[in-house]
Amino acid sequence: MYRQWVLTALIAWPLIAGAGVLLAPTRWAKHLAFVASLIEFGLSVPLWWMFVPEGGVQFMLDAPWIQNWGIHYTVGVDGISLFMVLLTTFLVPLSVLGSYNYITTRERGFYSLLLVLTSGMIGVFVSLDLFLFYVMWELMLIPMYFIIGVWGGERRLYAAIKFFIYTFFGSLLMLAAILVLVHVVGQRTGVYSFAYSHLVSHIGGLGSLAFWLFGAFALAFAIKVPMFPFHTWLPDAHVEAPTAGSVILAGILLKMGTYGFLRFAVPLFPAVALHPAVQQIVVLLALIGIVYGGLVAMVQPDFKKLIAYSSVAHLGFVMLGIWALTLQSVQGALMVMINHGISTGALFFLVGMLYERRHSRLIDAFGGIARVVPMFAAVLTIVSLSSIGLPATNGFVGEFLVLLGVFRSYPLAALIAATGVIIAAMYLLPALQRVIYNPLDKPANEKLPDLSLREIAVLVPLIACILWIGVYPQPILRRIEPASRQFIQTVRLNAAAFAATR
Amino acid sequence: MPAVPLSLIWVVPALPLLGFLVNGTLALARPGAKRAVSIVGVGTLVLAFAAAALAVVEFGAHATAPLVFRYWDWIPAAELQVPFALQLDQLSAVMILIVTGVGALIHVFSVGYMHDDAGYARFFAYLNLFVFFMLTLVLGASFPVMFVGWEGVGLCSYLLIGFWFNEKINADAGKKAFIVNRIGDFGFLIAMLLIFWRVGSLDFAAVFARAPAAFAPAGALITAITLFLFLGCTGKSAQIPLYTWLPDAMQGPTPVSALIHAATMVTAGVYLVARCGVLFALSPIGSATVAGVGALTALFAATIALKQWDIKRVLAYSTVSQLGYMFVGVGTGAYAAGIFHLATHAFFKALLFLGSGSVIHAMHRAYHATHSHDDAQDMRNMGGLARYLPWTWGLMWIATLAIAGIPPFAGFFSKDEILGAAFAEATVRPAWYVFWALGLGAALLTAFYMTRLMLYTFHGPNRTGDREREHLHEAPWSMTGPLVVLGALTVAGGVLNVPPLFGGGALLERWLEPVTGVASRLSPLVEVPHATEWALVVGAVLVAVLGIAGALRLLRPETLVPARLAPPESGFGRILWKKWYVDELYDAVFVRPIVWLSREVLWKIVDVRIVDGLLVDGTAVVTRALGWIGSRLQTGEVGVYVVGFVVGVLVVLVAALR
Repeated sequence: MYRQWVLTALIAWPLIAGAGVLLAPTRWAKHLAFVASLIEFGLSVPLWWMFVPEGGVQFMLDAPWIQNWGIHYTVGVDGISLFMVLLTTFLVPLSVLGSYNYITTRERGFYSLLLVLTSGMIGVFVSLDLFLFYVMWELMLIPMYFIIGVWGGERRLYAAIKFFIYTFFGSLLMLAAILVLVHVVGQRTGVYSFAYSHLVSHIGGLGSLAFWLFGAFALAFAIKVPMFPFHTWLPDAHVEAPTAGSVILAGILLKMGTYGFLRFAVPLFPAVALHPAVQQIVVLLALIGIVYGGLVAMVQPDFKKLIAYSSVAHLGFVMLGIWALTLQSVQGALMVMINHGISTGALFFLVGMLYERRHSRLIDAFGGIARVVPMFAAVLTIVSLSSIGLPATNGFVGEFLVLLGVFRSYPLAALIAATGVIIAAMYLLPALQRVIYNPLDKPANEKLPDLSLREIAVLVPLIACILWIGVYPQPILRRIEPASRQFIQTVRLNAAAFAATR
Repeated sequence: MPAVPLSLIWVVPALPLLGFLVNGTLALARPGAKRAVSIVGVGTLVLAFAAAALAVVEFGAHATAPLVFRYWDWIPAAELQVPFALQLDQLSAVMILIVTGVGALIHVFSVGYMHDDAGYARFFAYLNLFVFFMLTLVLGASFPVMFVGWEGVGLCSYLLIGFWFNEKINADAGKKAFIVNRIGDFGFLIAMLLIFWRVGSLDFAAVFARAPAAFAPAGALITAITLFLFLGCTGKSAQIPLYTWLPDAMQGPTPVSALIHAATMVTAGVYLVARCGVLFALSPIGSATVAGVGALTALFAATIALKQWDIKRVLAYSTVSQLGYMFVGVGTGAYAAGIFHLATHAFFKALLFLGSGSVIHAMHRAYHATHSHDDAQDMRNMGGLARYLPWTWGLMWIATLAIAGIPPFAGFFSKDEILGAAFAEATVRPAWYVFWALGLGAALLTAFYMTRLMLYTFHGPNRTGDREREHLHEAPWSMTGPLVVLGALTVAGGVLNVPPLFGGGALLERWLEPVTGVASRLSPLVEVPHATEWALVVGAVLVAVLGIAGALRLLRPETLVPARLAPPESGFGRILWKKWYVDELYDAVFVRPIVWLSREVLWKIVDVRIVDGLLVDGTAVVTRALGWIGSRLQTGEVGVYVVGFVVGVLVVLVAALR
């Protein structure tokens, strides 16, 4: 019962709850949304224990949807998507709780959109039918557009439209590629199906078409990651989005790009992905992301922009890890995806808390506040350290594995990527210093209130994860290892098969 | 008494960690609970020392092979297995005794020194956390676990240097320490990648056992590994080219300078080279680099120490210089000598720093009492303090004689062994003649600048000020007590390893043999005749005496004027006083160009103008323009449509007919 329906329930429940929030009185909105998201989290928790690491795709439900076109409602998770689902259900309640004071207008709309967004995000990670995947991909785009466009900062419309058009442009190309792929595979096998399992096991014989199809998928995902040079929507979207929007955007939405590569672009077109030219381009862009993203982050006057550019750097590690195709690098990439969600999510919460107090995100608006808000300063320090990958925090585990794994495939790239650990210290520590240390010279900062109980409730789970994953990541690594192994095998096998049939 | 199981070794680091958790909570919740903080902070350290001593005694009685205790699987990923494991062997035994022992003394001292500070609880929380990470560093059984400690101590150093964070200069110094150390950590990280790539493991036991077979002696790979590891050492242990953070680190409270920036953390690099002796023995270039950089740093830092006025800065450069000696030792393959100097240095340098702390404490109180804003650390404001701080004066003289290398104090034996080993090595590898000469030169300068420090601080007329003078007096016994203990260790510490030349048993050397033996067999130490050894000893003592006598003869404390009246430095002295302008050089060559490139080029031009402006917004503009052209076509005039239709038909016909 649970095994079969849990994923569907995870998709459906936020939609139902979102409708409920719309209908209920405004002053209940946030509480209802919080309870609903907690229930969602509770629903997902048994996945952690019931998931069998060696069991491949699990919690499957497969039902015909539009049978004439070979479209099914197929959902399931494996070791790659499991933690994306859990990360989503974990971050959403915190985002709701973190928005309690931030969102003061049109609360019902905001919280119901946040819940609809949750459905879309879960849907993206569990869909095993390419049509369903596309629907979910678009489903999550629309609420995010409104969240930025309605509840955002001063330039919210520019940012929202940029975010929307950029992502939509990519996803339309992807839709076209999906249709062509289904058509070509259908012609060859006689079975017209959007099912992932069908497509991934019949990917030979595409010839040069594969390059174009891969290109369309890759572009859609590269925009989402975002990879240099498709990243400029991100700083704008982050700066303008309300706290919850930034947290979800960085925590979950960016992972959809790297998840897309892991699930679709690479396994479906392995020969293209492993083509030397493609490898070189991806590795180069990932390295540019790490070094360039870090250096540009270093000179940002706006704290949110700094974190946005740091995301470009972190996600560069993920892309490197995926492409290196070694077990450590792929596991590391998945760990970085999880860790980035936690640490960067926490950073956005913290900057949001500063903003609520001072209505400024500028680093230089603060200074010396560790004396007035010691608890806030302690948390910001811990989170920053995890973001720069200090050992015994979560950040180290992922980056270390990526570097170890990448070194075997691309030694030089690993060397360059490792400079990212220096650069990370160069952009985050000065910012930390300018916010919490230095003289307390601005009168407006002298009476800042320290963290409230609600804010502590938002941050404690994140810090717990930072330390737990840093010290004992083994339960996660154990669950993602078989799926990572499977991923590498599929890609290598398919690349060989593809080469043979071409 | 039943034997305590050695697997309880985790208690040693766990105690300070517990202290951190309690004191950290108190710092946030009850910062005023100083009594509880002191009990927890000092208590956990004393207990940790007791536990460490017990473990070492037990280990010495029952084991010679390293004992590895695995607690949990930390990072398992396919063939990579990194258990969270601690390793007790002869080397880590020496280290945990120094860390907890000297650490406990400095914690006691801090109770008095930091008593009136508002951040008392936070201070002890950080200090406890530091000891935890330092113990993890020296007890870790693999490179990654050691790396936890390695970066962890860097973090604590950062937090403690910037302890008084509301002053920018302190926060800057902390940040600088962290970032410079990260450059070194990059080297450590790369070395781990290379080792894992070739050996397939990161556990010390496995790596060192397989190294002789896995690496071609003097090959490029092992040389790269050792050089990257040593890059890590130059960061953590403040050697050329990454030493610049350590003098700035003196912005932290003085007990921090004593514990972290003299006795323990900064010696982590020496420990790392000794720990990886097998690897360095396989790479002649690697070990020569270690010894050469060490020797050069020893002399270079000593020249800067000659012209500093801040009492703690003199000691900071002295530490950089002494660390250089240790690297000469371990780079020569004389691991026991390097570790021996590490131990004796921990005693006499901790004593010197705590002594300077006692001086600063007195100066600070005097200035505080009269509301003066003069610099409490500038030696030009001191002078004649022997009268007011007799214990500190006496104890610091002992430490000065020790660091200068005067027998029979601890530093004499350890420094002599290093120089002796370097000279012996030179008979086989002539480059070591240079290293030895640099070391001897540094010894001369060491004796000189330390005597200068003592003269200016404690002798001659007092320059503190007439009203301030009455307030100068010795610190309470909680502060002077640890000094006395360290003084005893400074006098007698040499017995740890009296060489056979003086009829000693070379205890430490024999104790460490199980750890250093493999490396020594790969790259044996060179022996020289006794007559040569005696000549070297006499020569070294003469050099030290010359340094002290020279300072006594050349320097005139009575001609000094207080800092605020002092004329600016000129000539060569100015270059030394400005630290050879290395900070300015780094700033101009690295820091500012990188920031400028990032801000003016990468961000403002590449990102804003080109990627976002030209490509992204440009696409939008082009799209809109195309749309505008399209909308112009839709004029509503039938004539235009007919023309278009006819042209279209003609084009299609032509195309079809061809």
